[in-house]
This record gives sequence, C-alpha cells and structure tokens, in this order.
Amino acid sequence: MSKNDIKIALIGNPNTGKTSLFNQLTGLNQKVGNYPGVTVDKKLGKSKLSATQNAIITDLPGTYSINPTSLDESIVLKTLLKKDIAASPDVILVVADVENLKRNLLLFSQIKDLEIPTVLAINMVDQMNRKGISIDLSLLKKELNTEVVLISARKNEGIQEVKEAIIRCHVAAKASPLCGINSKIDPDYFENLKKISPNYSLYELWLMVTQNNYPDTITKEEKEKLLSFKQDVPKLKKYQHKETIYRYQEINKILKKTYIVDKSKAKDLRSKLDKIFTHKIFGYAIFFLILLIIFQSIFDIASVPMDFIDGVFAELANFTRNSLPEGVFTDLLSEGIIPGIGGVVIFIPQIAILFLFIAILEETGYMSRVVFLMDKIMRRFGMNGKSVIPLISGTACAIPAIMATRTISSWKERLITILVTPFTTCSARLPVYAILIALIIPDAKILGFLNLQGLVLLLLYALGFASAILGAYILNKTLKIKARSFFVIEMPNYKLPSFKNVFYEVVEKTKAFVFGAGKIILALSVILWFLASNGGNEFNNVEQTVIAKVENQNLNQEEIQQRIASTKLEKSYIGMLGKSIEPAIKPLGYDWKIGIALIASFAAREVFVGTLATIYSVQADDEDITTIKQKMASEINPDTGKKRFNFPVGMSLMVFYAFAMQCMATLAIVKRETKTWKWPLIQLFGMAFLAYVSSLLTYQILS
Amino acid sequence: MNTIASLNIGEIGYISEESLEIIPLKLLEMGCLPGAEVELIQHAPLKDPIYICVNGSHLAIRKETAAIIQILKSEI
Repeated sequence: MSKNDIKIALIGNPNTGKTSLFNQLTGLNQKVGNYPGVTVDKKLGKSKLSATQNAIITDLPGTYSINPTSLDESIVLKTLLKKDIAASPDVILVVADVENLKRNLLLFSQIKDLEIPTVLAINMVDQMNRKGISIDLSLLKKELNTEVVLISARKNEGIQEVKEAIIRCHVAAKASPLCGINSKIDPDYFENLKKISPNYSLYELWLMVTQNNYPDTITKEEKEKLLSFKQDVPKLKKYQHKETIYRYQEINKILKKTYIVDKSKAKDLRSKLDKIFTHKIFGYAIFFLILLIIFQSIFDIASVPMDFIDGVFAELANFTRNSLPEGVFTDLLSEGIIPGIGGVVIFIPQIAILFLFIAILEETGYMSRVVFLMDKIMRRFGMNGKSVIPLISGTACAIPAIMATRTISSWKERLITILVTPFTTCSARLPVYAILIALIIPDAKILGFLNLQGLVLLLLYALGFASAILGAYILNKTLKIKARSFFVIEMPNYKLPSFKNVFYEVVEKTKAFVFGAGKIILALSVILWFLASNGGNEFNNVEQTVIAKVENQNLNQEEIQQRIASTKLEKSYIGMLGKSIEPAIKPLGYDWKIGIALIASFAAREVFVGTLATIYSVQADDEDITTIKQKMASEINPDTGKKRFNFPVGMSLMVFYAFAMQCMATLAIVKRETKTWKWPLIQLFGMAFLAYVSSLLTYQILS
Repeated sequence: MNTIASLNIGEIGYISEESLEIIPLKLLEMGCLPGAEVELIQHAPLKDPIYICVNGSHLAIRKETAAIIQILKSEI
C-alpha cells in the first residue's frame, strides 16, 4: 500500500448489495485480516480508481446505524471514530438500496454528520422501473450535499462513476453535516457539548458520550468533560430517540421532493413467496428438504473428489518414497508432510459444497426465513435460528459446519453453536461405529423388520443430537457473555443469487480454512507421525528382534512385514504413550492397544480402525473390514480370559467416540474461528472429561 | 390494549405516540416510528416470532418486543 492510496470505508445496511459492490471494485484483490481483539474478520481490497489513483477499500460489516448492538457493528463505530488513525478512512462510500432508501439514509445521515467526505451509491437501480420508483438525482445531490451515484452492482453498471465520484470527493475534501443534531433536541446541552473540543465534530462528541468509545487522540481533560455529559442515562436515551425521529423527519422532507414511488406499478413477488416459505407447514417442509439436499451433497457428492484427493496423496507419498533415497527426510516427506497436507486438502470439497449452498441461501434472502422459522425452537437452547445449518452439516463434518456459524451475528449464540457442533455424529465416526456395531450387536431383526444394528446406529446419531442440544442448554445458562437484549432481523427481498458473489464466498471460505486451520492440522500431523515412527532403543532394533522371533514360524514375507509394523508401533513413542495411559483407561475396559488407537485417532477418528489393523498385524484395507473384524473378535482379554471386544467394551468405546473431541482439525478450526486457544482447549478437555465419565459408567454398569 | 402482537395476519395498525420511549433504539432506527403503519405479514407457530412490514422495512421481531409496542387500529 502506498501513501497516495485513498483509504475508503465501504459501509451500508445489510442486504444492500454491499458485497457485490466490493467484489466489483476489487475483484479478487481481496484479503482477510483481523481487527485487534475481536473475532470479526476484516475484509480489505485494492481497487484501481483511475490510471494514477489506487484505493484500499475496507468492507465494514453491514449495519443499520452507527449505534452498535453487536460486535460486528461496533467495528463500524470504532473505525469511524478514528480509534486507529492509520486505518481511519479518507472517504466513506455508503451503499443504499433504492427500494429502502428512507431507512438507508438514516445511516447515511449519521455518517454525514461525522464530517468525513462521503459518497452515496444507490444500488439496484435496475429494479426502479419494476418497482415504480423515480429519483430526481440532481436535486437529491443538492439536498444531501454530497456525491450521489446510481448503480447496479450485480450488472456492473455505474462502477466507473463510483470511482470518479470517490476521486472528486477526495480532492474536494469537503464535508459538512447533514442534519445537525443540536437545534431541535436541546440547543443548550449540545452547545455545551460542542465547546469541549474544536477537534471533533459535534456528532463525534455525541457518539463518544452515548457509546463510551473514544478516539486515541482524545485528551484526559476532554474525556473528563465528556464523562460529565453521560451522568443522566435516561436523558441520553431520550435524546437518542429524539435524534432518530428528527433524522427521519429530515430524510422524509428530502425524499418528498426527490423520490417518488408509484405503488400501483410494484409487482410483489415477495408476498407470494413468503406465503409459501414462511408457512407453518410448507415452510418447515421446504426447509427440511433443503437441509436434506445439503446433507446428501456434503455426504455423497463430496465423497467423489475426496476419494480422488485421498488417492492422489497416497500416490504422491508412494512416489516420493520410491524415488528419493531412503532416510529420515524421505520418511518425513512421504509419511508426515504429504499425508498431512492431504489431510487438509481432503476437507476442501465438503467446505466448498457447504458454502456454495450457504452463499446461495444468503444471497437469495432465504436465510432470514430460516431464522424466522427456527428462532423460537433454537432460542430455548441459547442458539440462533441459523444454528440449525451448522448442526445438520455437522453430521457430515464439523469443520465446514463450524465455519458456517459465521452467519450468526450474536457472539454468544455463535460460540454456543461452535462449542456443541462437534457432538453431532460426523462421518469420521461412522467407520468406528460400523466396526464396533458389527462386533457386538447381533445382525438380527426385531419386530420382524427393524435391523438391530441399524437401530443402534440411529440411537448413536440421536445421542449426538441430544448431547448437542443439552450442551447448548447448559452453556446458555453458564456462559457469562452479554447477549443482545432483543432480536430483530430484516426479511430482505428475494433475489436470484449472483454467481460472482457465490463464487467469491466459496473461494474466501476455502482459503480461510486452508491458511487458517491448515497450518495447525499439518503441524499436528507431523507431530503424530513423529511419535508413531520414532521410539527408544527397542524401537530401533525391532526388525532384528521380530525376525529372530518368527524364524521358526514359517511365515511368508508379507506376514513378517506386518508383524514388524505392529511391533514398531508398539515400541514407538505413541505405543509408549498408549501403554502409559493403560491404568487410566482400564476402568473403561480398554487395554494399551486400544489406548494407542485412541491417541493415534486424534488425527482423525477413522484412523482408529487403521491403527488397530496395524497393531493386530493385519492388512489395513478400507474396503474390507472382515479381517480386522475377525482379529478383533478373537482378541482375548488376559485378565478375564474372555473376549476383549465384548458388549460392555464395545458400548463404552462407542460412547467414548460419541463424546470425545477426537479431531485435531476441529480444534484447529475452532481456534481459527474464535481467535483464541481458550475455547478449543475448553472443548478438548471438557469433552474428554465427559467422554471418560460416560464410558466409565457405561462399562461399569454393563459389565 | 392493542399491540403489534395482537394484530392478525394481514391486519394493519399504526404505532402510537406513547410507544416512543419504549421502542428499542434499534427498531426505531429500522423505521419503527410512532405514527408509522404496521402490517402483520406472517407469524411463526405460537405467534413467535412475528413478521411485520413497517415504513417499507420487512422485519421479524420476537413476540416479547411486539407485545410492548402499542398501536391504534386507525390512523391518527
């Protein structure tokens, strides 16, 4: 960024096409950064305004007013109040929806009063004819005393004019208030407020008083004086109300002269669609159908590219092993790093598909209807109507599901959703459940048609949902986070999704995962690989010991190799860990072999099956679990002389996997989304504790 | 006492002047002003939340909020 670049803050109501305009202005020249101290992503983009002039555009969160009621909205206030001088904007670009101009102008009038050069872009003007709207542009410019541009961001119309207006506005650097809040409310009060400092506009001072937010440049004296203005809280509130009414009166005056709506021309598609989509029965039926389609897509369609990615990385690892000279470096590459990267890339199809759907649901305006339908139910558990989507997609994979909580604007509701989503039965638990169910539940039918094994699986899914809901209920009661006191959402017009916006959303979310959580996943994979492929002296002599041992047993080469692999795992650091935790997991019915599998499956739950296969020296094969199943079935518990994987142990293990946070990728994404290690660690230990206690009870009661 | 919560689907009311101090600032800012026409478009099961159109804004609010905003059934 060069010094001459104009710093632009893009601001507007939600659903005004702000994102479309941002995408048109910046293209793929976007990056996501952080605002200090908060979990809101900062979207920045570079735009070429003219041959000689570039601009850095900050896409601020959508808001209806400068007075914040959520974390996202407080970002807008902080940016505009010059909390950070370097980031404070030179020009503010306000986007408004032509159909809702009156309400959009409220925000505009507040911004104008900050006395920063402002450009107003009125969006979706291609809809004007259809809605019977006409605007007197030149008069509006005069009345608003600012640059006004009519645009249609989706159709890429008027973008050049916006750029030109920004440059003109920047050069003129002219800024004057629109409403002037003082005169109509309490002239004396505001006259005294203005006297505090000549460095700030009256409205800025008023915001400091009402919002308790101060620029870094404020002096101690000034702050003290400002504090004296906020002693009478009811009075402040009353003045804020009066201010809003006054602003609307002024806006109405201006619009009366410049903005005409011929209501007879307006065709209302919205009310027809709303009759179906928010209907007491059809509304829910359609929503569950959409959920089903999303679920099927991330479960089924994603499996094709996922299998492909799996294959490619396996090939790549093989190729590396075979073509590089043997040694530690080759092992690190072929067994640590390449599978580690594969373990990141494998999630991309699911993330991309889920966000494709979410972007479409958001773009069309349907998401607000979901909140409307689900709010009452989810509210009881401290969640948001939108939480349904993460909870359902969590049954495919918690990673994209947790990223999907971004759409929830209340931080408390979002955090609760993030914390409970890993309880839902994700697809990685399925191989673990499948093999254990096959081992301990008879393949029988009850009542003549219900398959008992299928029923148990269904119960495990139900257990996942129940614990998520119950967990949310408890968290809602215990988490001390100041929540929004009341709820209001806008029900936007239905729109066809813009391909560009959907595409950018998918790209951005995928990038956020790969570069945000990917690093952590890769690092943990390499650590796990190191622990599994290194050990003490015994580990280094495994080959000789095993070969000496099996000399007389008439084993073929393959069987000897399997025996070596199994002994190596036993003597590795992971093996040592598995053995050292045996006393702790014995009360759950597990031995050190299961202990090893538990630790190794921290990489991903399904690794449990593969690790047991290695320990029991059988060929691990994803397609065919019969051999490993037989081996597990014949495993004997030396203490009891009976089967190791009997009913209590199997149940205890399934309960363990239902509750435990056995997934480093999820921890990584929770770290990425909450921007602190606090929550993933609470999740890890909380869920491990719950898993331990529940498995203990299960085993002790059943045996 | 008539409030937004007592409207039926399709019915129209006008926000009373007395509500000014009760209406949350955010709703006020979204166009829920005294004197404004409110139409109840739809409500979810158990009449909560409530979907209204006021001053050109289509909003969903919870019953608890709707129940404190007084309305008149005819224009002031």
